[in-house]
Amino acid sequence: MHRGKGMKFVGDSRVPAVRKPNIPKDYSEYPGKTEAFWPNFLLKEWMVGAVFLIGFLSLTVAHPSPLERVADPTDTSYIPLPDWYFLFLYQLLKYSFASGPYTVIGAIVIPGLAFGALLLAPFLDRGPERRPSKRPVAVGMMLLTLAAIVFLTWESVVTHDWEAAAEQGKIRAEVEIDTNAEGYKILEANTCLTCHGENLQGGPAAPSLVGTGLSPEEVANIAKNGVGSMPGGLFQGTDEELQKLAEFVAGLDAE
Amino acid sequence: MLNKIYNWIDERLDITPLWRDIADHEVPEHVNPAHHFSAFVYCFGGLTFFVTVIQILSGMFLTMYYVPDIKNAWESVYYLQNEVAFGQIVRGMHHWGASLVIVMMFLHTLRVFFQGAYKKPRELNWIVGVLIFMVMMGLGFTGYLLPWDMKALFATKVGLQIAEATPIIGPAIKTLLAGHPEIVGAQTLTRFFAIHVFFLPAALLGLMAAHFLMIRKQGISGPL
Repeated sequence: MHRGKGMKFVGDSRVPAVRKPNIPKDYSEYPGKTEAFWPNFLLKEWMVGAVFLIGFLSLTVAHPSPLERVADPTDTSYIPLPDWYFLFLYQLLKYSFASGPYTVIGAIVIPGLAFGALLLAPFLDRGPERRPSKRPVAVGMMLLTLAAIVFLTWESVVTHDWEAAAEQGKIRAEVEIDTNAEGYKILEANTCLTCHGENLQGGPAAPSLVGTGLSPEEVANIAKNGVGSMPGGLFQGTDEELQKLAEFVAGLDAE
Repeated sequence: MLNKIYNWIDERLDITPLWRDIADHEVPEHVNPAHHFSAFVYCFGGLTFFVTVIQILSGMFLTMYYVPDIKNAWESVYYLQNEVAFGQIVRGMHHWGASLVIVMMFLHTLRVFFQGAYKKPRELNWIVGVLIFMVMMGLGFTGYLLPWDMKALFATKVGLQIAEATPIIGPAIKTLLAGHPEIVGAQTLTRFFAIHVFFLPAALLGLMAAHFLMIRKQGISGPL
């Protein structure tokens, strides 16, 4: 580029008055067949992007994003779970060497060392070699870290009770429960409320009893014989009471 | 007509060299999947950028409905999800995009790491890249709270406890983020909203500009 005295500008600006043709730089130093970025390669990138976008939108349409019920800070029984990419850290903090008095190790020291090493990788792995086989220490450390992350995420996923998690977060219909009804009294007497909640809203161990969509016969059967993690024989009353209970629960509709 | 407008502007501002610099570079064979299919690993960085653009656009539309206060936040998200035309799609794009951006960025980081592409002279670009990684994690963490549902609140409580475990400055960091030493509530939501929508995106745009300037300046790393 021409600089300095003798340059002609447009008016009093710094834009040169004499146009120079745009000559692309010389790329002959690159090995193999190079390709112009504009427009050839960009078109291909565009196509990759389009395919990616279709897959992404299909995912979006097939799986609506989740929304749990509105935050209730007083609900102390809720078992929290972070987004999936923080699961390994969450799992790490469950081990005894990284929790309680040692939380600082799991929360700060180990992640700090890992991220610090990642940040400073160019200064830790200083050799001129680029091939993975020629720098076994750096590659080995990274593979170990990857294995640890996969293992911790896996452990976190298999130990988490996903059904209970889905149940505890459900958006529940607000229903006025008539606590003076005969059916409610029977529920209370048979310890149903311990798990299903005082407003029959459910809890970590049991689903809500509102809007179950079950018939009275089905409710009676479950109350007597249990279902899923609910054992049988919890109901101790008479058949007449069972009938009233079943009709009461089956009649609880979400509004 | 368009040409004339372009020439009129170009004569005064000399804008041609700005975009010719991007347009005129050659793409070497070893990064071109048309020549070597295994070169698809070079797509991860570009796809990360692509999802980031989706995140910015969908996020801009989400803020048209979202209300960052504890009384209305959940209601506004529920309304957006169930009543607004295409609201479910836009929120879905932002929700799933957040995961995809982490996946793509992780793959991009691994590609650069295993190829040793961070070595001299590209050390600075690597550091900027790791900083982008941290900003993205921060965006994921702060965005998780905004719908103000059960998992948002309790995951944030756990996250703040982890931040609190930092020696000496831990409690101060927690108070700075949550707005109160103990309560995770109204202040926390507005702070996380501000961090998620203004502070971190500003940092992200700056870092990305540096990232792209450096890659243009240095060119892509050579074949192994």
